[in-house]
Order: sequence, then structure tokens, then C-alpha cells
Amino acid sequence: MTSDRNPGYAEAGRSQVEAAAEGAPAGSRLTDESESYTLQVNGREESVKAAWLGESLLYVLRERLGLPGSKNACEQGECGSCSVFLDGTLVVSCCVLAADAVDSEVVTVEGLEPGDGLSDVQQHFLDAGAVQCGFCTPGLIVAVHDLLDRVPDADELTVREAISGNLCRCTGYGRILQAVVDVQRQRAGTQP
Amino acid sequence: MTVARPTTLSQAVDALAAMPDAQLLAGGTDFMVEVNFGHRRPTDVVALRRVAELRHHATDGDEVVLGANVTYSQMQTELAEALPALAAAARTVGSPQIRNAGTIGGNVATASPAGDTLPFLAAVEADVVLASPDGTRRLPLADFITAAKRTAIQPGEVISEVRFPAVRGPQQFLKVGTRNAMVISIACCAMVVDTDHRRVRCAFGSVAARPLRPTEAEDFISDALDWDTLDAETNAVDRFAALAAAAAEPITDHRGTAEYRRHTVKVMARRALTRSLRA
Ligand SMILES: Cc1cc2nc3c(=O)[nH]c(=O)nc-3n(C[C@H](O)[C@H](O)[C@H](O)COP(=O)(O)OP(=O)(O)OC[C@H]3O[C@@H](n4cnc5c(N)ncnc54)[C@H](O)[C@@H]3O)c2cc1C
Ligand code: FES
Ligand code: FES
Repeated sequence: MTSDRNPGYAEAGRSQVEAAAEGAPAGSRLTDESESYTLQVNGREESVKAAWLGESLLYVLRERLGLPGSKNACEQGECGSCSVFLDGTLVVSCCVLAADAVDSEVVTVEGLEPGDGLSDVQQHFLDAGAVQCGFCTPGLIVAVHDLLDRVPDADELTVREAISGNLCRCTGYGRILQAVVDVQRQRAGTQP
Repeated sequence: MTVARPTTLSQAVDALAAMPDAQLLAGGTDFMVEVNFGHRRPTDVVALRRVAELRHHATDGDEVVLGANVTYSQMQTELAEALPALAAAARTVGSPQIRNAGTIGGNVATASPAGDTLPFLAAVEADVVLASPDGTRRLPLADFITAAKRTAIQPGEVISEVRFPAVRGPQQFLKVGTRNAMVISIACCAMVVDTDHRRVRCAFGSVAARPLRPTEAEDFISDALDWDTLDAETNAVDRFAALAAAAAEPITDHRGTAEYRRHTVKVMARRALTRSLRA
């Protein structure tokens, strides 16, 4: 499978352009006549130009907005490597229609830490050796942020359930689980 | 191509009327996979995600109402006490990411033989409520799902909610798959032991083209149960399980053989009933 696009695009990509028309009466809508639409990604307004409206959010992030942190491994919701926040909710971006993410706030792995540094989850993944090939890592980082923000003291079973939709073919998950515990300890102030 | 983003049901119905070829999009977990693989090429889309009124759930008199946009994550948490079997079914769907997006309306509309909410909805004899410019109509789920992945939905209609009688008594959901997450059912089972009406109702998924109600087995065990003590003889439980297995119409596919599926029906029928009875 190609890693750079939703294959549906190859078929329907001929149709041009699209985007945000102003306040149509029956709710808002995007149409072919418009030139671009705007997504809010990591706190910034991003303009998406000349895009087929059937594109997934994952495709738009990677191929149109230069945000390749979200990985494309399956395009069918199975692997979790494209996980992002949509209005604060953890979802797989390959199953989101980008044109339906207008008006929503998207946060990708690139936007978790406002500065240039690493988030605590990212740092502990590195320190614990939870990263091997790294392909699953961005999705796991997003999923772990989601879990620990909601359930700071999650027990192991809860952690396993929370990351059950994030497949890693390298690590065997042991070090990933260790990294999560390390973040929990640091956040709780029980780790040196 | 146009993507409409209505915020009310009437706007959604209007948008669909204005674009008769439009396809409805809810959580996208079935829809977008088909688009990504080129199996679905929408010309126009009516996106339902913002229609807040479809996200509600309530008990309306003796009836439970679940809006079409209710997600698996909502079922798992907000309905865990009221509808434990539905909540258990929701918890087995996909992954947290899928459960945050996927909706009951999408599951009903897709009408997959493996749809995990469908056995529960069949067991409680749910109706599907359809909204259109002409108003609303109600169809029993058994009439709504006409075949595997085929429904009686008409152009211009939106599933607005599912409704079913509130039911008291133990309920169970069981699912067989290769792991405890991210699996499509090889077979699944929902059971409600309706203590008010003294009736055991159950349905099995992935063992027929549509959710399967083993009515002969239900009749038998509803008679055989001692409803005052909520108890049954072991041989009655066995007979119930055998009748349920005999009713299944399983096929062999890449997930499992017909023989294995029939066996799981027997095991799940016995287990769901045993768990519902007084120990
Ligand atoms: C990785 C993965 C794992 C999955 N695991 C499971 C599982 O374990 N069990 C299971 O049952 N399913 C599973 N699914 C399938 C899917 O998540 C469910 O069927 C889900 O309920 C679909 O809902 P949705 O809101 O995402 O629908 P969408 O994908 O948005 O739509 C699905 C279909 O329903 C139609 N539709 C949506 N809403 C309405 C409405 N209100 N009125 C009329 N038509 C409507 C759409 O037009 C489309 O045809 C899985 C999917 C993925 C990608
Ligand atoms: S690429 Fe989205 S879940 Fe695999
Ligand atoms: S580190 Fe390679 S897939 Fe997880």
C-alpha cells in the first residue's frame, strides 16, 4: 500500500478544489466552487487548497500541510499510528473526512508540546527504550497523552486497554508500558 | 462535491433533500475505510457529527431512546448501568479511537452481520426511527435489516434514533474473536432475561446474514425457567443451548468455519444463560 495518500483519491482526485463557503443557511458546507478550506491544526489556521473533498484528515495533514508526524500504516483504523485529537477526543485521522474537521480543533503529535522540546511522554518513551523503528511511536504518544490526562493513575490493565488500538511490531510493548509508568511516577512526584 | 455540515436534524434532512445523491457520514469508521480503499466515491456528503440532538439518550416513559450519533464510548460509560449488555458490546468494538468516533446509527445503517450492537437491539426488539421531509417512520430492526449489509432505508431518510421497551432483569453480551480488542466478531451473543414478562430473549451475531433470534430455544427456556427463583435444570440449559445452535445459519469464511461458529453459539447460549441465573 502506498504510504502517501488515501487510494480513493487516485480515483476521484480529478475533481478540483473545494472549500468553505460562507454561512450557507442549512448549516455550513464546503463546495467545489470554493477555493480552499481552513483547518485549525495545533493552534494554527491552515489553509487547504485545491483538495478533493474525499481526502482523509491523515492525508491532508501529511501531504498538504507538511505534518508527517501522524503515520499512515493501514488507512483502515486498525493500527492507531495516525492518532490525533479532534476537539480533544482521541481518534484515528485516517477515518476522519478532512472537510468534516472544519470548525474543529485538531492536535497532532507535532502540537503536543508547544515549544521545541519533547513532552514528558515523548522523553520517557526515549529513556525507557520504548522506541525501536519508531513507526508506531507518534500514535502511541498521542494515545498515552489522552489516557494520562483523563486517568492519571491508570493501572496496567487500563493502560493496556487504552493502547489496544495502537499496534507495535517491534517492542513487544514491555518498554512502552514501562515508559507509561515512568511518566505516571514523574507526574505524581514519586520519581527522582 | 459538497460537504454539508448541518447542526440540527431538520437541517440534515433538508441538506439530503437538496442533494439527493449525498451520502451520510457519522463517525466515519466504516465510511472512510471504504473511501480510502476506493470502494466508495461520494459525490456529496451530509456530515452528521455536529447534530447534537442525535447524540442524546433518554428513557421516554417505558421506552429507551438512543440517538443515532451516540458513540460506543458513550454507551460504554453513560449506559453501563442502564444497559449493561449494550455497554459490554460497545466495549468490545475496535479500539478507544474507534469507540470515540463510531456510532450506533452507523452500526445499524451498515447492517453488517458482525455489527456488535445488532444482537442486543434484536434481543430488545428495537425499532429504527427514520426521519425524512415527510416526517418520521418506525420500523422494527428485523424489517429494517433486509439482508447482509442491506437495509430498508429510502432515499432522503436519516436514522434519527433507535427505540425499545425498557427491560428489567439480567442481561449479557459475549463475543468470540482472536483477541480482546480490535476484532470483528467470529460470533457474538446478546441476552436479556426479561423478568417482568418472564421471557428470555437473545440474538446472535455473525452466525447468519442478519442478527439471529433462536425463537424455538427462547420459547423452550422461557417455559422451563423457574421465574420465582430464576433457576433452571442443567438439562434444560443444555437443551436451550442445543436449540440455539441448531437455529444458527453460519457460513465458513476467513474468520472461522461454520462448524466452529455453530459450536460457539452453543457455548455462548449456555454461558449467557448460566450467568443470568441465580447461582
Ligand atoms: C478498526 C475498526 C474496527 C472496528 N471494529 C468493529 C467492531 O468490533 N464491531 C463492530 O460492530 N463494528 C466495528 N467496526 C465498524 C464500525 O466502527 C461500526 O460499524 C460503526 O458503528 C460505524 O459507525 P460510524 O458512526 O463510524 O459510521 P460511518 O462510517 O460514518 O457510516 C457508516 C454507514 O452508515 C451510514 N450512516 C451513518 N449514520 C447514519 C444515519 N444517522 N442515518 C442513516 N445512515 C447513516 C453511512 O452513510 C454509512 O453508509 C470497526 C471499524 C474499524 C475501522
Ligand atoms: S493509518 Fe489510521 S489507523 Fe492505521
Ligand atoms: S517501534 Fe517499530 S512498530 Fe513500534
